[in-house]
Amino acid sequence: MSGANDPYDPKQVAALSPEALGAAVEQAREAFAKAADLDELAAVKPSHLGDRSPVLLARREIGALPPAAKAEAGKRVNEAQNAVKVAFEERRARLQAERDERVLREETVDVTLPWDRVPRGARHPISTLAERIADVFVAMGYEVAEGPELETEWFNFDALNFGKDHPARTMQDTFYVAPADSGLVLRTHTSPVQARTLLDRELPVYVVCPGRTFRTDELDATHTPVFHQVEGLAVDKGLTMAHLKGTLDAFARAMFGEDSKTRLRPSFFPFTEPSAEVDVWFPEKKGGAGWVEWGGCGMVNPNVLRNCGVDPDVYSGFAFGMGLERTLQFRNGLPDMRDMVEGDVRFTQPFGTEA
Amino acid sequence: MRIPVTWLVENLEFAETPTPEQLAEAFVRIGIEVEDVHKLDSVTGPLVAGRVVEIEELTEFKKPIRYCQVEVGPDQVNGIVCGASNFQEGDTVVVALPGAVLPGDFTISARKTYGRTSNGMICSAAELGLGDDHSGIMVLPSGTAQPGDDALELLGLSDTVIEVAPTPDRGYAFSVRGLAREIACAFDVPYRDPGTAEVPEGEGEVLPVTVEDAAACPRFVARRVSGVDPTAPTPWWMRRRLMLAGIRSISLPVDVTNYVMLELGQPLHAFDAAKVQGGLVVRRAAAGEKLTTLDEQVRALDPDDIVIADDSGVISLAGVMGGASTEVSSTSSDILLEAANWDPASIARTVRRHKLPSEAAKRFERTVDPALAPVALERAARLLDMFGDGSIKPGRTDVGAPPVPKPVSMPINLPDRVAGVNYARGVTARRLGQIGCQVEVTTGDDGTTMVTAIPPTWRADLTQPADLVEEVLRLEGYDTIPSTLPPAPAGRGLTEQQRRRRTVSRALAENGFVEVKPFPFVAPSVFGALGLPEGDVRRNTVSVLNPLEADKHALATTLVPGLLEAVQRNLARGQKDLAVYTIAQVTLPRSQQVPVPQVGVGERPSDAQVASLLAALPQQPVHVAAVLAGHREQAGWWGKGRQADWADAVQAARLVGQAYGVELTVVASDLAPWHPGRCAELRVGDWPVGHAGELHPKVVEALGLPKRTVAMELDLDALPLSDHRPAPVVSAYPPVLLDVAVVVPVDVPAEQVGRVLRGGGGALLEDIRLFDVYTGDQVGEGKRSLAYSLRFRAPDRTLTVEEATAARDAAVAAAAERFGAVLRG
Repeated sequence: MSGANDPYDPKQVAALSPEALGAAVEQAREAFAKAADLDELAAVKPSHLGDRSPVLLARREIGALPPAAKAEAGKRVNEAQNAVKVAFEERRARLQAERDERVLREETVDVTLPWDRVPRGARHPISTLAERIADVFVAMGYEVAEGPELETEWFNFDALNFGKDHPARTMQDTFYVAPADSGLVLRTHTSPVQARTLLDRELPVYVVCPGRTFRTDELDATHTPVFHQVEGLAVDKGLTMAHLKGTLDAFARAMFGEDSKTRLRPSFFPFTEPSAEVDVWFPEKKGGAGWVEWGGCGMVNPNVLRNCGVDPDVYSGFAFGMGLERTLQFRNGLPDMRDMVEGDVRFTQPFGTEA
Repeated sequence: MRIPVTWLVENLEFAETPTPEQLAEAFVRIGIEVEDVHKLDSVTGPLVAGRVVEIEELTEFKKPIRYCQVEVGPDQVNGIVCGASNFQEGDTVVVALPGAVLPGDFTISARKTYGRTSNGMICSAAELGLGDDHSGIMVLPSGTAQPGDDALELLGLSDTVIEVAPTPDRGYAFSVRGLAREIACAFDVPYRDPGTAEVPEGEGEVLPVTVEDAAACPRFVARRVSGVDPTAPTPWWMRRRLMLAGIRSISLPVDVTNYVMLELGQPLHAFDAAKVQGGLVVRRAAAGEKLTTLDEQVRALDPDDIVIADDSGVISLAGVMGGASTEVSSTSSDILLEAANWDPASIARTVRRHKLPSEAAKRFERTVDPALAPVALERAARLLDMFGDGSIKPGRTDVGAPPVPKPVSMPINLPDRVAGVNYARGVTARRLGQIGCQVEVTTGDDGTTMVTAIPPTWRADLTQPADLVEEVLRLEGYDTIPSTLPPAPAGRGLTEQQRRRRTVSRALAENGFVEVKPFPFVAPSVFGALGLPEGDVRRNTVSVLNPLEADKHALATTLVPGLLEAVQRNLARGQKDLAVYTIAQVTLPRSQQVPVPQVGVGERPSDAQVASLLAALPQQPVHVAAVLAGHREQAGWWGKGRQADWADAVQAARLVGQAYGVELTVVASDLAPWHPGRCAELRVGDWPVGHAGELHPKVVEALGLPKRTVAMELDLDALPLSDHRPAPVVSAYPPVLLDVAVVVPVDVPAEQVGRVLRGGGGALLEDIRLFDVYTGDQVGEGKRSLAYSLRFRAPDRTLTVEEATAARDAAVAAAAERFGAVLRG
């Protein structure tokens, strides 16, 4: 250490020499590089950036230098100190990144582990199918009508032009309820909603009615005593059978794709005249595209209109009805209708909330 | 009805006869459903008529075997082994000679069997593909053929049988006559109608007949053929047609009546005239009368049954089945033939009442052409005369006046307007004429062209313009009707209720519940298993008179039993953890059931009549119900699972309320089938709408359910469609979070404490949440501690802790005042 007033050549102060400073920087770099982790780096930091580190000790010598030499020496020390700091920061950043990466790596999990703590439920495909059909018709301007399942014979038969002892009344095997002359039946079709709608609503009416229906068929692969139908009814001025055909074709396309269409075969229902069976062209039919029996339809029988107070000389209408179980069965290729009614959750689960 | 093609086309003038497939297609196109087309299986090779010359009975085998010498050609006799024994020496039979191939690729060859050489086979009808009759070999009427004649042609084995199922409005189509007319219309070819043949005048009555009930029997015709040879065989061609139509040959008189029924559609009955005592009376049965029908059943008659009686009493159940006492037997030679018209509705009731469907009744139920009776009777009498060597008596009894068809008028373009098609000129008149109408076209004063059609006697179904329209449209072909969408009306979309029901269903499904659709039929015994007390309103059910399962005759008043059954079925199939739900109507009889009023048709019922119809129906609200059993949360690699418990059921109910847009309040309740201490009643305001909780342990045991099965059921229709229009204001200022624990008596429901705290906390209390419930020494006997976290926030400033604390203290003070709540230190 030299005295304050000594004539002084900074180059002679060893610690301030470029070589010494360079060596200090180099030592610091080496020490930092050797530090294997942040702890080691922290441990060597005082030796190179602390008060007793070579560069900082060198800085103390500057004060004793003649003024002319101070600037240059100060600049050199600053450069050296910065170089050490940079080296430290670089190393620290590197080690930090390594540590972060390792922590993340250590936190790795098997993302393929299952998570079915509360398995998702599902809606019955008949419910979702009914809604899908309702939506198709709502989009065409129809409204959704409803009616009770236990129905008066008047609505289920009389209003629909079923004669008292006509075979048509017995051809739909009816569940009757006590007492024997109750005049009530479990509705054999959704068609009583036609009469209810005509009595209840202002004309014109365009309604669709999905609902549960009942016939005394034994449960087997293709029959169930409790099943669902969807009924359509339009009564307006000037409706024709061509309109019925157009509506059914639109319905078929919505359900079975753009290539689908319908075919009408003459048939008989007491509540329509003319009447027809509806076949639908199902492009994905098992064994190749083809016609599938789908339901019944026709122009509303003027007697039905009269029974509901609608003048058949002014208004005409069409109606149609399809079985939902049957539709689901051929659409999805389901072999056994019993699965739809038994409530086995393994049947319903795969449908999720959309059928 | 099964009909051989050769019979169908007999009276049609085709330039070129269509193939059976083309005929079947035509039937379908014009509205006669075709159930099947059976082509008779082909027989190739030598099939000949043979005469049985000698029969040697072989007795050394387990079953009787015959070795027959059969003459199969001029001077050719073959030895043939045969296992049947329904023939005699001299009979004419059908022999398949070696080299013949029978249906099923069955090749006949000479072979050794039962110790003899069999040179061919004596055939049964079934072996030739001529029907289902396996009962023995086919014996042809004598004189039908000479030994060696080609049997292929004789038997008509190149024929096809078409099986059709006409709709019930088309009674006329249950005959060859009617079906042939349909084909004539479909192919536009001429048709000779055998049903309109001239009938000679009768000379006097056959026997006196009194019709007491003209509505039951609009027409009754009788004819008599005497001196019929009881042993006369039915000619082969007739037997063949009956066989192909699926009707067994019995005797000439019976075969003739069946044949004429198939041909013309008029059912006939043959009485043994010698057994009929005195004249006939047509009337309704008297109470207590009995009749032994042809099938040897003794039937107790109903006063609604129409019967034919003679001096001895009832001898026939009219139009349905004859009686045994006057049955034509193998010795009958004096035959009384009857053809009548019966009231279709009465016949239908009698068939149902006696469970006695018959070929005759099937036709009468669907109405038979009233003009046909004398024609059919004449045809039958002549056939008996011709093949039974009888003689037709000159008399004919013909009682009653058949109804005269009423004319139907309509604008001639009505078919065009209904179909949406412009048909060619003249189509309507031509088609109506083709089906047998007398057609007149007139132009009214206003220039409208009208067509008036008098329907033929066999078309009682044509009563209004729409019926005529259908005839034109179906014969022109539905495939000519274009496809046009009607102009779209302006719909209002789903109703609020319909949308919310969908939301409820979706919410349950997304929360782990699986929808099932149980039948609404329950056995009343389940109410006992559910522990419902006598007099419980849910035991008051509507009962199905004809249930498919005898014990399950009640219509469900609650959805829980159906769900529990689904749960049981799933358990039986190995699924243990279940959460199922259903949404369906239930049927709740009214306390005072009013009878269904008699309401007519033809005009709109009065508003009062409609109202009384609706009032006569039980209430049928839509319910939602859910059942959980086993785990609600599965065990897994993450840790333990969690058993479903009462809280899951209550939560399911709350979820339904939320999905429906209604806040349900929960109060403790005690209702079967729930656990008395774990049953919640759900309310809207003060109005109960359902229950939820754990099932009673006895119910669980009685039904074999997993322990602690839980359930909920809500009346969805009782939930109000309240407006749900929130307008939340969200403050961006920071909240102050404070926790508070209050000690209250243990019987104070948490729901109420929370409500009071919320009220006491005032506008600054943004949220309150119960996070801990503690009972134990630290709070003392009969008390519990409820710990809440409170979140305070001001809408317009940063709330100070002091303000929040003051609000919290106010909340606690409210609880203290209401429940004696004490702040837990």
